[in-house]
This record gives sequence, structure tokens and C-alpha cells, in this order.
Amino acid sequence: MRKTCLDVVYELAKKDDRVVFIGSDLGAGTLDQFRDEMPDRFFMEGVSEQNLIGMAAGLAMEGFIPYVNTIATFITRRCYEQVAVDLCLHNLPVKLIANGGGLVYAPLGPTHLAIEDMAILRALPRMTVFAPCDKEEMARLVPQTLEMSGPSYIRLAKGGDEIVSHADRGFEIGKAIQMRKSGKVLIVGTGITTTRALHAAEELADEGIECGVLHMHTVKPLDEDAILSQLDDVELLVTVEEHTLVGGLGSAVGDLLLDKAPRAASRLIRLGIPDLFSDKYGTQDELLEYYGLQGPQIAQRIRDTLNGDEEKVA
Amino acid sequence: MIDLAALEREAHTVYEPVALDRRSRDLRKLVVRGLVGGGRGHLGSALSAVEIVRVLYDDIMAHDAARPNWEARDRFLLSKGHGCLAQYAVLADEGYFPKAELDRFCRFDGILGGHPDAGKVPGVEASTGALGHGPSIAVGMAVAAKLKGSAHRVFCVTGDGEINEGAVWEAAMAAGKHQLDNLTIIVDYNKLQSYDRTEVVQDLEPLTSKWESFGFAVRNVDGHDVEALRRTFSTLPFATGRPNAVIAHTIKSRGVAHAEGDPSWHHKSKMTDEEIAGVLAAIEG
Repeated sequence: MRKTCLDVVYELAKKDDRVVFIGSDLGAGTLDQFRDEMPDRFFMEGVSEQNLIGMAAGLAMEGFIPYVNTIATFITRRCYEQVAVDLCLHNLPVKLIANGGGLVYAPLGPTHLAIEDMAILRALPRMTVFAPCDKEEMARLVPQTLEMSGPSYIRLAKGGDEIVSHADRGFEIGKAIQMRKSGKVLIVGTGITTTRALHAAEELADEGIECGVLHMHTVKPLDEDAILSQLDDVELLVTVEEHTLVGGLGSAVGDLLLDKAPRAASRLIRLGIPDLFSDKYGTQDELLEYYGLQGPQIAQRIRDTLNGDEEKVA
Repeated sequence: MIDLAALEREAHTVYEPVALDRRSRDLRKLVVRGLVGGGRGHLGSALSAVEIVRVLYDDIMAHDAARPNWEARDRFLLSKGHGCLAQYAVLADEGYFPKAELDRFCRFDGILGGHPDAGKVPGVEASTGALGHGPSIAVGMAVAAKLKGSAHRVFCVTGDGEINEGAVWEAAMAAGKHQLDNLTIIVDYNKLQSYDRTEVVQDLEPLTSKWESFGFAVRNVDGHDVEALRRTFSTLPFATGRPNAVIAHTIKSRGVAHAEGDPSWHHKSKMTDEEIAGVLAAIEG
């Protein structure tokens, strides 16, 4: 997914000389072709995220379109004030490409787990937050960021992620994609949790429980209509995110229901990471399982809710 | 080989205060007009920067009040955004906006906030106030100028307390790396931050050597001596392929004798009419 994203940035740069790439201290060989062919617009600026963002802001104020890339935790936590003030307050078209969103860096521990990135960026006016589900969707997203007038954040998954998106469903910024037709349950996912939601839906379909899956590749602005328009038809609404339950997709959907469909709020369950720093290492999949976010676990949670907790489905 | 010892000797020159001329006094009165309009303001921080800002706009920078977004203008960033009354006074005097705006400083529907807002104030390039952001933005602007092959320059004024921020030194490294001789960082070195003297809170010395070691060509100057500032800025760039740093030795609250060097004048609010009259009288000397 990262390679796809950066390859598209390279293609954009070849076509549009406003495009510049700014990395921190990325892996050897990253975008060598970009560096060799367009050295003036390729910047590898060192481990200095605050400066990366400020410099990108200065370039954007002068008409350039910077794509800034480093590890997700560093491009969010370390330089949050620069993102808020330099990018959002000035409404500059700087794109933040965040390596290792969510639990990707599981073996590296909590310093590298970007599990509150969407919450803190979603809280900033003018920021757009993306979490594509696979590399093919990434290839559809990135070209559309070129003409965005404000700042955006692109959360990258691990790479080698299962392909579940389809070109024929198209891609439009801010428009959720219905990956599976709704039944009595609607699961809303973002990033690779959409894939896990699809796995859960397939498992439940075998038991006669039809679950729709809505892919929220743009977490902000939230596609409110895509959810509100389905509420009449579903008994249970489930959000699934590779993110803390504080302030992410589930919170966004919860806010929406409280504001615009309060009676439906009791039909929402939110699956995500508890308000804790991770105390385990291992792999992304192991941590997803630890937090109950793999397909079979999502299915079980839905099964339990439909069977046991009448209040949830009232 | 750079003679750092000589530079440090130059840096520790004791400047005899020069008398403020008519224009410097009039600009200070505009600063006070804003202070009265808003009922508050960073008076000391603004008054230390008046001559730096004045000389850049009057004598050094290419700019046009009628065309604030003129492509070929030199860019000016007041990274120490809390000193904005100095820039507002100069911009108002240059005709970027009516002086009457100063009477609405910090007011609900005014355009002049307690920190400058690029979205509201003609002539303000970037919204500053969160300290330490200006130098990186300036680096981006200076890189952009080089990319475009444009001859315009970028000037960025920082406070001295402000350069406690690590981000300033990240930007300094980047400026050296990119050989940004079209960039000038001016440190308003009044040696007094909010709490106390800089040497007490976070000593910056040896400051000249710091900038030199980050790749800058450095000059020290009396930051209230208009002629000395003109001479210094008129020799830019100081060295081909090196960013420029001007350490402007200033006096906090300069021009108001009873406030000079007193940290309690860093920010003032709820001033009485009598205190305001005292400030204005002091400016006239």
C-alpha cells in the first residue's frame, strides 16, 4: 500500500510540477526514481517532523503541493501543533502520508502504534482523514488528493493487505462505499477493518444473518447520509476500527446518531481498541485478535448481541 | 576558518543607546494606539522590534501596500507573533489597512488580533503566535523561491525566548543544508523573556556561535540603531550559499524609559488612563 501510494505521488509529480515530496528519514531506496528524475522537488529532511510540516506549509503558501511522508505516530503526535496551525489554520493543500496506521508496528510497541491518529486529526477543522482498505483503493484515492484545497491525512496499512475493493464501485472523497448490501445488521469499517467486517458478514450469512458492510474510507468528513439512509432497515449498527474507541470512527458515528437520529443510538455497538496503551507485541493480526477485531470475533459479537442482549436490538 | 572568538567579541559589544528619531516615536505611538484600542497587548515585545520591522519595510524589502500578494515581494514573517503591534503599526503606516483598525485591536470584530492572522490582515504572510513555527515556514518559502528561480527574499523575526523551541533549530539545520542565502532570520535579542532574563530562564549564549555552527552567516547589530540596521541588511546576503542570521541587540520596552528592561511590561492589560499618558509622555521623552 505504501509503495502504491508513493508510486502514485511520483506519477503525479511527473505530470504536475507543483508536486513536491518531503520525507523524514525514510528507508533506503524510497522513491529513488523520483529523486533521480526530479531532484529539485524531492526532499529528505531528517528526523525533524516539526520542520517537515512547517517547511511543507511554506512551500504550499508559495503554490506547491507537498506530500509529506513518515511514520504515522511521528507525523501526528510529534508535530501536532504544526499540523493544527501551519496546515489547518492556513488551509493548505499538504498531504500527510502516514506509514503504519493502527497496529501495523505491533512488534515495535506503543511508541509506534498509531491508534489515536484519527481522533486527534479529526478534531482539527479543515482536516480530511482517509483510511483506504487496500492498495488498489489507494491508487484510486491518491490522484484525487491532488486538487484538494485543504490538508489531508492518509493512513497507510501494513502492505500486502487482502484486496477487497473494486474499481467498478468507484471512489469519491467523502463518499462511503457499500461493500455488501445491507441486511438486519450494518457494519461500518474503515481501513483494513472493512476487510474484517466482510469476513464477519460472510460467516454470518452462512447462518442466515445478513450484514451490510459500509466502507468509510473517508472518516472525516463523515458520509452521514450513507449511514442515516440505512437506519430504518437495520436492527444493529456496528462500527469496527483499528483505533482507540476514544474519538475515532465509532465516536464519529455515535456523534452523528446522537445529533440526527438519537433513537437509533441504542442500536450502535462500537468495536475498537480500549483506552489503553498496548501491553503486547507480536503481529498486527495478533493484536487485532487481542482486541477482538478479527472477522470471527466481530461475527461472534454480533451473534451475541442479536441473541442475548435484547436492549441492543430493540 | 571562521574566527568564532572574534564573532563572540563582536556579539558582546555594549551598544550605547541611540536616540529614537521622529518616525520611531510616531510608530511607537501607533503601537500604544493599538494597546489602548484592545485594552491589552505585548507592549515590551512590540517596542523592542519596532526598528527591525521599520527598517525592513522602509528600506530593505520590496513590497507594495496596494498589492499585498504581489508575487515578487519579499516575504516577512513575524514568528514572534505576540510582538504584532510593531508590525501592525508599520503596516498601518504603510497603508496596508487604515490606522483606525488599531482602535479595534483584539476587539470581537476587528481584523487585528493579539497574534497576526494571515487570513485577516493584509501584509501578514502567516498566522503566528505559537512560537517556533516561523523559521520552518520561512525555510519552505525560501526553498520555494529557489525552485521558482525567483529573486525575492524571506525575512523572519524571532524572539529570543522563542528560540528555546527545538523546532527553530530543526529549521536552522534545514536552512544550512539547503544553502538558503535568500533567507534571513533576525533574532530580536532583548534578553528578557516572559518570566525573567534569558540567561536565567534558558541561556542562549554563545548565540552567535550557535547560528554559525548551523551554517548561518551571522551579524550582530544594535537593533534600535536605524542606520546600523540599514547598513547590515543592505549587505545581504552576507555570504553566498549560506543563510543569514542577524542578532539584533534590543531593549525590551525600548522608548518607554520607565518600562525598559522590566519583565512586567512583557504584556500589559487593564492600564489606567494615567499609565497610558505616562507611556505616551515617555515616548516623547
